[in-house]
Amino acid sequence: MRVVIVGAGEVGSNIAADLAADHDVVVVDVDDDRVESMSYSHDVLTVHGDGTEVSTLEEAGVGEADMLIASTDDDRANIVACGTAGVFTETFTIARVKRPQYLRTWERGERTFDVDFMVCTDLLTAETITGVIGLPTARDVDTFADGLVQMAEFEVPPESPVVGQTVQQADRFASLTFAAILREDGIVIPRGNTVIEGGDDLVVIGSPDAAREFSSAIAPEQSGPQDIVVVGGSEIGYQTVRLLEARGFSPRLIEHDEVRARWLAEQLPDTTVMQSDATNREFLERENVGDADVLIAALESDQKNLLAGLLADRLGTTRSVAVVDTVEFTDLFEAVGIDVAVSPREATAEEITRFTRGRRAENVSLIEGDRAEVMEFEVDADGDAVGRPIRELAAALPNGVVFGAITRDFELITPRGDTVIEAGDHVVVFADADAVDAVTAAL
Amino acid sequence: MSKLPFVGGRRLRVDWRTSVALTGRVVKYLAVPLAVPLVTALLYGEDIAVFAVSMLVVFLFGFALERVAPEPDLGAREALLMVALTWFTVAVVGTLPYLLAGVGTDSTLAQPVNALFESMSGFTTTGATVMGSISFEQHSHALLIWRQLTQWLGGMGIVVLAVAILPELSVGGAQLMDAEAPGPGIEKLTPRIAETARALWLVYAGITLLEILLLFGFHLGGLAPNLDGAVAGTDHAAAAYNAIAHGLTTMPTGGFSPEARSIEAFSAAVQWLIIPFMVAAGVNFALTWRLVGGSPRALFEDTEFRAYLGVMGVFGVFMTALLFVGPGIVPGADVGAEYIADYLGIEGDVESSARHALFQVVSIVTTTGYASMDFNAWSTPLKYLLLFAMFIGGSAGSTGGGIKVVRWVVIVKSIKRELFTTVHPEAVSPVRLGGTSIDERAVRGIQTFTLLYLLCFGVGAAFIMLEAGRAGYDLTVLEGMSAVAATLGNVGPGFGLLGPMNSYLTFSPASKLAMVFLMWIGRLEIIPVLVLLTGAYWRS
Repeated sequence: MRVVIVGAGEVGSNIAADLAADHDVVVVDVDDDRVESMSYSHDVLTVHGDGTEVSTLEEAGVGEADMLIASTDDDRANIVACGTAGVFTETFTIARVKRPQYLRTWERGERTFDVDFMVCTDLLTAETITGVIGLPTARDVDTFADGLVQMAEFEVPPESPVVGQTVQQADRFASLTFAAILREDGIVIPRGNTVIEGGDDLVVIGSPDAAREFSSAIAPEQSGPQDIVVVGGSEIGYQTVRLLEARGFSPRLIEHDEVRARWLAEQLPDTTVMQSDATNREFLERENVGDADVLIAALESDQKNLLAGLLADRLGTTRSVAVVDTVEFTDLFEAVGIDVAVSPREATAEEITRFTRGRRAENVSLIEGDRAEVMEFEVDADGDAVGRPIRELAAALPNGVVFGAITRDFELITPRGDTVIEAGDHVVVFADADAVDAVTAAL
Repeated sequence: MSKLPFVGGRRLRVDWRTSVALTGRVVKYLAVPLAVPLVTALLYGEDIAVFAVSMLVVFLFGFALERVAPEPDLGAREALLMVALTWFTVAVVGTLPYLLAGVGTDSTLAQPVNALFESMSGFTTTGATVMGSISFEQHSHALLIWRQLTQWLGGMGIVVLAVAILPELSVGGAQLMDAEAPGPGIEKLTPRIAETARALWLVYAGITLLEILLLFGFHLGGLAPNLDGAVAGTDHAAAAYNAIAHGLTTMPTGGFSPEARSIEAFSAAVQWLIIPFMVAAGVNFALTWRLVGGSPRALFEDTEFRAYLGVMGVFGVFMTALLFVGPGIVPGADVGAEYIADYLGIEGDVESSARHALFQVVSIVTTTGYASMDFNAWSTPLKYLLLFAMFIGGSAGSTGGGIKVVRWVVIVKSIKRELFTTVHPEAVSPVRLGGTSIDERAVRGIQTFTLLYLLCFGVGAAFIMLEAGRAGYDLTVLEGMSAVAATLGNVGPGFGLLGPMNSYLTFSPASKLAMVFLMWIGRLEIIPVLVLLTGAYWRS
């Protein structure tokens, strides 16, 4: 497949790196240095020029391309690039935008702006954040099959009651499947007698209710969050608060800019907006930020988010979630004391992966970068899997594969060995990175 | 060369000639509605000279004023001056029929101060009267219909009417309407201001017509046996006269009635019928316009409308309970023995308790000023409740006076906000009105206005009390306060001496002139008039 990527920023180069191995990738960017470094570091063709101009796109061979991904930092440039490509080819176009307004507009029409798929970075990040804080101790959450199935990655604290239990003892929930345990030394596919250790990362797949119950089983003293503080009224902060309001929360939002704070207060009727510096300790103490269940840092820089998160931790906030722009810092943040680091770029890249990998997967979630994936498939009537029990399918697949959940006619079925796959089923599968291709072929 | 005039060596920043000329234009057209009493006089075989002369004088006067500036150029400051000037001039020329008709009679309106009071009370839709005796022996049908008509013209606003029909006013029209319209700002309903003005007048005239037809329908259906009663005579023509007369003063929240006993003269059915029309008159006409346009949700989702209904509901229920259980009526009240006997029957009767409580509450809150009974007979707690109700006022963009419900809503919310930010100094919390937040400047404006209103009330009440002492007539504190609250709020009747069945005749000329001023600034919501008294307005 030939893919044209407009914009060689962090997202663009991540996607390029991801695709370069299996596809012909052409990268377009206006910046000389970026183009140059791109052509040295990856096996891709580079074009120097403005991706919103027909001549540049023609030079990049968009006419023969199967896909165009516009991933610059400028929303309008991305939309215009897709529109320009649409003038002379039928290429599948993906646009990355930050502002949700463009996404809302795109959703209202058929192929608005000649964009086939639009990824809204800030909204995706906000969705990830609200998903994570809904489940105490969760590090990552993703939904599948129209929200019927949830994948959650939990970090098991050393003092948790489930430490020392076997998977059989811990899994008291009918509609929950233990998909994997991620440890330093590799991925363990749990058996009934596998013992859970402190510090394990548990990947579970099942109904959202079961995920919530399991979450409180891991950390019984932490109920769902009541008191949520969002620091920073950036677009991500604003979208997060909006989603929280929609779920019935009344969060507090701290923003230092007077005009922005006023604007936020006008937009968010159920939120208490405060205008202050988020690192002002006296203010944080007076407003009892230490009593908050969750603090979400969505300020304009990674450093500030780290500082705000650590400060809140010191004051006694139960959980801290920080937005990390630079993908490499994610692990670092979590190592020094931030409970969950959410990377907008990673989320974007993940979303775009659904299309670029050219698989039949309906939905994909990447675990720990790309150590493993959780994928959703819709089973075709003429597929090989139809009519076969899971035990039989699993036997033919490599080791690192777990059938997490099946939905049939909008009902969740917890897969057992004798569950027979039917046409139209949505199957959610966990697969080790090495087993991804085999699973894709089988379903 | 600037065409701005020099006065005393310093340049004026206001082109007052423009304002005077445009005032003249509006005054000139006042000759047209004077045709209504003229026709009435013809129908009843009364003296038409009064109105013919008035028409001629008004037209010539307006024409002369118009000559002051042949090419008026309307700016924001000129608009303010023009609106204030128009209202005053219209009230002045509106005295002509009263004065001319009063010549050679013992009519109290023959005195210029009284005539001005009556005329200002009419155009500002106050409804306070200085007529000694309201009867057809004393006054002609035509004069009384003119009195009703002044309220109808003043209700939706003379300037709004002028913008609607005079194309040359449409450019500065928004500023003109803003200065005149009751409430913190006008809402353009259509892209063109003249169309907005026309739409408002259309709704206004439409509802007025509906009320007249319903009143007359009640008469035909036998539900209003005394609509043709006491004063007007006992035939269809008399019923029609009363239906029109009251239709003309309900929608403008006016309150004048050619019946000496106001709405008490009519049957319970008629009283019930008038209540919803008074309620409608106090609703923002922009909302009524949308309701007519087929979106009733806008009405019920409107914060002000809900608060407006809520306030009247709470007052209504409370007063109904007091009237029903007692002590609602004071047996020894000085309202006439034949009435007190009837009033004592209200206690224990659900229908009449509810009717009289609701009627008075709606009438006072909307600042209409009708009365279904003499509330001088009410006990003190009920009277004080009514006095408080005078400060509420109708909705913004209605014909009602007073402080206006929306301002109270904003004030209550800003007080809540103040309490919250005392605990959380960094909290940013805009004052919201039905989902949209209000600009801080507007909040400040509303607080200032309300404070100014209460200040005018205080100063006015002090003056009226002092003047009563000087002139040597008895005035209780409740009477004095109600006089000022009722004129500043364009309500009409007060308590005691100036109760709904009595008149303001007792007051000294100085007090009456002070109240003329209060009615004038009350109708224009104080600030457009007070700004004219500042040096900054004229020179900077």
